[in-house]
Amino acid sequence: MSQAPELKLTPTPGQTIGPFYGYALPYEKDNELVNQAHPNSVRLHGVVYDGKGEVIPDALLEIWQADEQGQVVSREGSLVRDGYTFTGWGRVAVDNVGGYNFTTLNPGATEEGKAPFIMLTVFARGLLNRLFTRIYLPEDTEALANDALLASLPEAERKTLIATREEDGSLRFDVRLQGEDETVFLSYPRES
Amino acid sequence: MSANSKTLDPAATTATQEEISAEISSTHEDYRQQLLAGKKAETQPRVDFASYRSSLLRHPTKNLHHADPETIELYSPAFGQRDVHALESDLTIQHNGEPIGERIVVSGRVLDGDGRPVVGQLVEIWQANAAGRYVHKRDQHPAPIDPNFTGVGRAISGANGEYSFTTIKPAPYPWKNHHNAWRPAHIHFSLFGTDFTQRMITQMYFPGDPLFALDPIYQSITDQDARDRLVATYDHSVTSHEWATGYNWDIVLTGSNRTWMEEEEADH
Repeated sequence: MSQAPELKLTPTPGQTIGPFYGYALPYEKDNELVNQAHPNSVRLHGVVYDGKGEVIPDALLEIWQADEQGQVVSREGSLVRDGYTFTGWGRVAVDNVGGYNFTTLNPGATEEGKAPFIMLTVFARGLLNRLFTRIYLPEDTEALANDALLASLPEAERKTLIATREEDGSLRFDVRLQGEDETVFLSYPRES
Repeated sequence: MSANSKTLDPAATTATQEEISAEISSTHEDYRQQLLAGKKAETQPRVDFASYRSSLLRHPTKNLHHADPETIELYSPAFGQRDVHALESDLTIQHNGEPIGERIVVSGRVLDGDGRPVVGQLVEIWQANAAGRYVHKRDQHPAPIDPNFTGVGRAISGANGEYSFTTIKPAPYPWKNHHNAWRPAHIHFSLFGTDFTQRMITQMYFPGDPLFALDPIYQSITDQDARDRLVATYDHSVTSHEWATGYNWDIVLTGSNRTWMEEEEADH
């Protein structure tokens, strides 16, 4: 990739989501990208932790992903789910013990040979700006080995980005904002 | 005990405003020295900002790791009329009666870092009422809830990136960061761009708020020019006769990576 061009305008600063988004941002079926009855539905779940290993009970997470064929969809209806339209995006407020669940599909590779992943954005009281990361699917070990981002990380950090496939077929992905096994968070070109 | 020594949380009394303000000043002075030494101006809040006590255990300690965006990171979810009703941008008509407080219109544009309007994207807001109270079970501030005001709005940005909300001016409210801590009045904004990497949540403030200097959340942005970008402008052209006063606030997201990468591909 060549050099990204300079920005013309300076981006507006972010601020914390604060504690009081609960009646504003969550909505009915916000974490159901597909209905649980969908034959290929997958549970993506985990816990959000702070630097002491305590659960964070007031984080908000969002995911954005391709469909099973690796197609990036552009479809309205994320906020008013009809139970049939896969929009690729979902949101969830964690529960009182920091846990979250999404019902979604396994994303396909968006390009031949690429490792499939789900984008994750983390917001929380106490977190002054949003954080981005990737939730990689664990299966395609060859694609994971060839992945440019994963290859640029030491093993201990690399594993924070790869979900675990549990026996029931669900994907487990914990988020650690700080401390031992701190999740690797990402920056992208053209942020400033 | 004086009225303002009411203790909401014993831990909150461990630091005074003077101590918090001194911490903020010290960080800002260090930043000023960095600027003088030729370092680039900061444009975002620091996530490691100890005077905002809740950040202590909730900020990453490692630097963000650079990622070259891949396909999914170059696009955003689509929102539209199916998701948001036009009336959701008026926070004063969601109940049977008129909410109490100063009726205001907040309008502006959502732009990307190249100055392009962000068209047809979701803008969400939430805020306290005119007494400084949120309709949220965790808000225990003993100020009245207004049965005619929820404080939640949504809009889809227009063809020029424009948005407009009719609402009630929120009041400052106390919080538990330190003893006698008060947040400046603000409206929370949640924004999407054309790439999901532009996703952001922030807070809009009102001009001339005397609480700015005291607030560790606002002051977590060390650069004055950057802090100013969160403050709306009073705009008499938005004010309407015998109805509402008006504020203007434009929001700039980070740069799209899809646009320049597509342009570059087209050039080859």
